[in-house]
This record gives sequence, C-alpha cells and structure tokens, in this order.
Amino acid sequence: MIQVRGLNKSFGPHTALAGVDLAIDPGEFVALMGPNGAGKTTLLRILATIARPTSGSVRIAGLEPAKRGEDVRRLIGFLSHKTLLYEDLTAEQNLRFYAKMYDIADGPTRTSHLLERVGLSSRRGDLVGTFSRGMQQRLSLARALIHRPQLLLMDEPYTGLDPNATQFLTDLLADLAGDGCTVLLTTHDLERGLASGQRVVILVRGRIVHDVQRGEVDHAAFPDLYRTLAS
Amino acid sequence: MREDRDTLGLALIVVSGVAMAAALAAVFLYAPREMTMGDVQRIFYFHVSSAWVGFFAFFVTFLGGVAYLVSGKRRWDVLAVSSTQIGLTFITMAVITGSLWARPVWGTYWTWEPRLTISAIQLLVYVAYGMLRGAVDDPEKKARFSSVYGIVAFVTVPLSWFAIRWWRTAHPDVLTSGEGMAFAARMGHTLLASLVAFTLLYITILRQRIRLARTTDTVMRLRAQLDRSR
Amino acid sequence: MAYVRKVWAIVVKDVAAELRTREMTSAMLVFSVLAMLIFSFALNLRGAVAQVAAPGVLWVTVVFAGTLGLNRSFTREQVTGGFDGLLLAPVDRSAIFFGKALGNLAFMGIVEIVLLPLCSVLFDVPLLRPGVLLVMVLGTVGYAAVGTLLAAIAVNTRAREVMLPVLLLPLAVPALIAAVQATSGLVAGATLSDVRPLLRLLIVYDLLIVAVSMLTFGYLVEE
Repeated sequence: MIQVRGLNKSFGPHTALAGVDLAIDPGEFVALMGPNGAGKTTLLRILATIARPTSGSVRIAGLEPAKRGEDVRRLIGFLSHKTLLYEDLTAEQNLRFYAKMYDIADGPTRTSHLLERVGLSSRRGDLVGTFSRGMQQRLSLARALIHRPQLLLMDEPYTGLDPNATQFLTDLLADLAGDGCTVLLTTHDLERGLASGQRVVILVRGRIVHDVQRGEVDHAAFPDLYRTLAS
Repeated sequence: MREDRDTLGLALIVVSGVAMAAALAAVFLYAPREMTMGDVQRIFYFHVSSAWVGFFAFFVTFLGGVAYLVSGKRRWDVLAVSSTQIGLTFITMAVITGSLWARPVWGTYWTWEPRLTISAIQLLVYVAYGMLRGAVDDPEKKARFSSVYGIVAFVTVPLSWFAIRWWRTAHPDVLTSGEGMAFAARMGHTLLASLVAFTLLYITILRQRIRLARTTDTVMRLRAQLDRSR
Repeated sequence: MAYVRKVWAIVVKDVAAELRTREMTSAMLVFSVLAMLIFSFALNLRGAVAQVAAPGVLWVTVVFAGTLGLNRSFTREQVTGGFDGLLLAPVDRSAIFFGKALGNLAFMGIVEIVLLPLCSVLFDVPLLRPGVLLVMVLGTVGYAAVGTLLAAIAVNTRAREVMLPVLLLPLAVPALIAAVQATSGLVAGATLSDVRPLLRLLIVYDLLIVAVSMLTFGYLVEE
C-alpha cells in the first residue's frame, strides 16, 4: 500500500526527515511512534500528498502522488490534529460539502449513514463551532471516511479524547481493520501505540530506528528500549 | 577550507570597471552639450541606462521565478532575489536621476510622465516583493511565494504601461515635448556606451550577489550541522 | 463537469458560511459606506468637480473594501485547518482557486450594489448605467482574481492583514487606472466605443491574471 524510499524533507536548514524507508502492505495496522519533533506529522503529511518531499520516492498503491495526485487522494483518508471542518457550517453541511469534493454519488445518504455511525445524528443541524472537542473529533473522523478510503492516516487521533470517545475510536478502528482498510496512526503514547498497532515503527530525529511486529515485542522491556532509542 | 578563485568574476569586475570609466568619459568629454537643456541633459545617459537595467533585472526575476517553480532548484530562487535587489537599486537611481533632470527641464521634480510613473510603480512592486520575502520564514515557501509574485508582477508591467500611457494622453501634456531632443550621432554613441557599461555592471554585481547568497547558505547549513552535533 | 461541480460547491460553501455569520460582508459594507461618506465630507465637492472625483472615490472604496474581504477569505479556511481539507480532496488546485475567487467576486458584487446608488446620490453622478455596470464587472473580476491569488500568499506570512494591501495594490494599478478612466469617460457622456481601448485593457488584464493564477495557485497552497 505504501512504499517509501530514501525520503528526505527539510525546512531550510532544519531537517525533518532524513532518509526514511518504509513499506506497508495492504490491510496492515501500523502505529508510528516517536517523541515530539521526530517528524511523524511531516511523514504523514507527505503520505497524504499535502506536503512535497525534498527528495526520495513515495508510492501509494503503486501510484506516484506527484503525477497521479487526484487518484491517490481518492484512496486516502486523513485525520489531522486539526479538525479540517468549517465552524460556520453545520455538521451535515460539512459532510455534504466534502462528499461533493470526493465525487460521492449518494452524498446525502452517505452523510446520514456516517452521522449515525459517529453518533451525531441528533446534532446534524448544529454549527460545528458549538461542538465539544470530542464531537468535533468524531465528525472529523466521519469526514475522513466519507469516500471509503483504503488507506487511513491518522495524526495523534487519541489526543484530547475522553474515555468514551477513546473506546469509540478503538472500536471503529477495529471495524475498519476488519474491512481490510490499511491504517497508519501516529502517537507519542507508548501504551496506546503498543495496544493499537499490529506493527510498531519508531521514528526518532527523522529516521526509522525500530520496526517490529507486535507479536515479537517484549512488553516488559519495551518502555526502556523506547526511552533509549528516543534519547 | 581552500578559498576558490573566481576568475570569471574577477574578469567581470575589471571589464565592467573599464566600461564604466569609458562611459563616464564619453558622457562628459565626448557627448556634445545639448542645445536647449545644457549640461543637465548629460544625466540622461545614466538615467536611461539605470532604467534599462532595472527593467531587465525584473525580467530576470520573472525568468528565475518560472525556472524555480518548474525545477524546484534553489539556485533559480537565488538568481531571482539577487536580480530583484539589483533591479531595485537601479530603478531607484532611475527615479532619482529622472526627477533631478525633470526639475531644471520641466520646472518640477515630479510629474506623472508615463515612464517616470511606471518606474515608480515598479519600485513599489519590488519593495513589496522584498517585504514578502521578509515575512516568510521557511526558505522553500519564501522561494515559492516570491516566484509567483515575481511572475504576476512582471505580467502586469506592460498593462501598467498602457494604462498610464492612455491615462496621460487623455490629458495632453506640454511636458512631453521634452522628448523631442535632437539626437546627434555622438549622443547615440554615448548612450550605447552607457547601456553596455551598465549592463556589464549589472552582470558583475549579479554574479557577486549570487556568490554571497551561496556563502550564506553554506554558513546556515554548517551552523545547523553544528547545532545538531552538539 | 465534475470540475465545475466542485468549483460551485466551494462557492456555495463560502456563501453559506457567510450567510450564517455575515462577518465579512457586514464589515465590508459598513466600511465602504463610511469611506464613501468620509470622502464626501473631506472632498466637499459639488457639480462638475464632483463628477470628476466620483469614479476615483468609488473605485478606491471598492479596492479597500475588497482587501477586507480577501483577508477573511483564507483566514476562514485556516482557523480549523480547512485548507488541508480542500487539498486532501481529489480536486484540481485551480478549481479551488476559481471557487475562492468567485466567492470573493460575489461578496464584492454585493458591496458594489450598495455603493453605486450611494455614490450616485452623494456625488450627483449618473452611475447606474449599463456601460458603468460593465466596467464594474470587468474591473472587479480582475481585482478579485489577483486579490484571491495574493491573499493565498498573504495568509501564510507574518503580519498577514497588512501584507495583502502591500502586495495587492501595486499589481492592481493597471486595472484600477483603466476602470477609473473608463468610468469617468462614461459618466462624462462618452459612449462604450469611446472607451473601448480601456475595456480591452481590462479584459486582457482579467484573462492574463486568471491564466497566471490557474498555473501558479497550486504552488502557493501546497507545502
């Protein structure tokens, strides 16, 4: 699903990614971990085609984002730490707008279905600006899923969620993974990362320093290992 | 680290220095005294040459911008910004010499004469270009934004020119009779010499300015490396 | 067809959000009415002189009110990171440009609908004529287009609110001169064919700016 080779990204003299190689197969569920400033968000934004790499190659489902941008974007759902919603529009207006952007034929039906699924049906006509952080996050998730993406990229999805919302997100991700959706999520929370991914990738200072299947992880020794790698 | 010798750069400095001296000599010794305006007309040679270099420099900015957007190579952005700074200097000289000339000839320092007006507008456009670069931190973004601005700016130049021309011709101006000066052959030679000298000067400064930008980049890179290794 | 549908969806989205809050249009309207009144007090003109000044006053007011709206146009997108939302969608970058530019054009149009009669009354000039309306449309199209392009730059700079007019005004000079001259001519009794060179200049400006914007907008919004 994702093939990344020799990926570099720098912002002026500051290097965000320094030679990242990463391959993710269809249907994998990967947790990308690392301390703040490790380049997780940058990597995700490049994969989501909204940032351009300084050098190196990226293929999403075998396609080159720079050349087949629109086809690649149809495959990707992206949950940013920003909601990407319009606060002056209602929940329903937001989703219908994005449905049009993604050429969804049955926009209104799809919108109702997703509002139901994220538990916001009763608030469909309310302005997003009046929503709580958790509700905005759920609506943002519906936005990311509107076009039934095959690849879901999520930047710190658990940040700022209450236990209910956390449980909701975990269940939803399990459902998606069951449907064969490839998921890559970032987190700086050790336990969360270990709990959610089948595979754990650790990024430190723009380099991948560790890449294991969850089955091979020694849970007792992992926190120490992580601390050593991250420092 | 060994300092690399820039033979071409040195040669350019010598050549443009000689050309400038020759042009100066031509302006003051070879060109005849203009009949009605007197010696003050001599400023015309440098005025026209500065304006020419200014507009040419902004054309180079435009080309650099296009090349940067197409290739993403930093050196094109360096070319564009270097050329803009030089262009600004020369267009400022053109505006100042223009108004110095205007004072004794037309009786006023400033007049909305089309050529003077468009020079002044170009000055504002590229001052804005400089401010834009100052207001963006990420060098890559800075390069992209200013490339686009340089392109749009250059596209509007001919339109500004026509707009100003028609605007002024709508109110016929006695001042335009100043253009009717007799061009003796010697005056033509002198103007040509100044144009060549100023163009050489532009190329020389451009080359030095680009070297300076490269050095700045190197220093920034080394400093970043040093910070990381600490 | 999908392209046009998406452009339209962006316009509808911006208009719907604006109808809800009316932040931008009310600020533009109040500002432009105030500016028009202040010009009227400050210049204190009557008769023929007022006729000469009115087109300039009208256009300057439109230009400044326009910068208010243009600044809002992209800050609205940025508050919640919405711009990333548009960039993530499978939509051509130029369609985003057209959507935003048409929305801005609509908001400026609303302001002009109020300003034209007001200016006619305050300066006693006959502005509500088909010819003048044509000039208003041609001038505003070019201004909204170049303004949208530059607002996309300004929003990403420090001091964004002040940056936009600094970037925009010098590049709007040709459209402004041509529009003011054409309006003056028409008010003074010239026919459309008398001001044809100016109209042609406005059309060329509009086309050139739209073409350049289509080609370059993607470079401004992507990281």
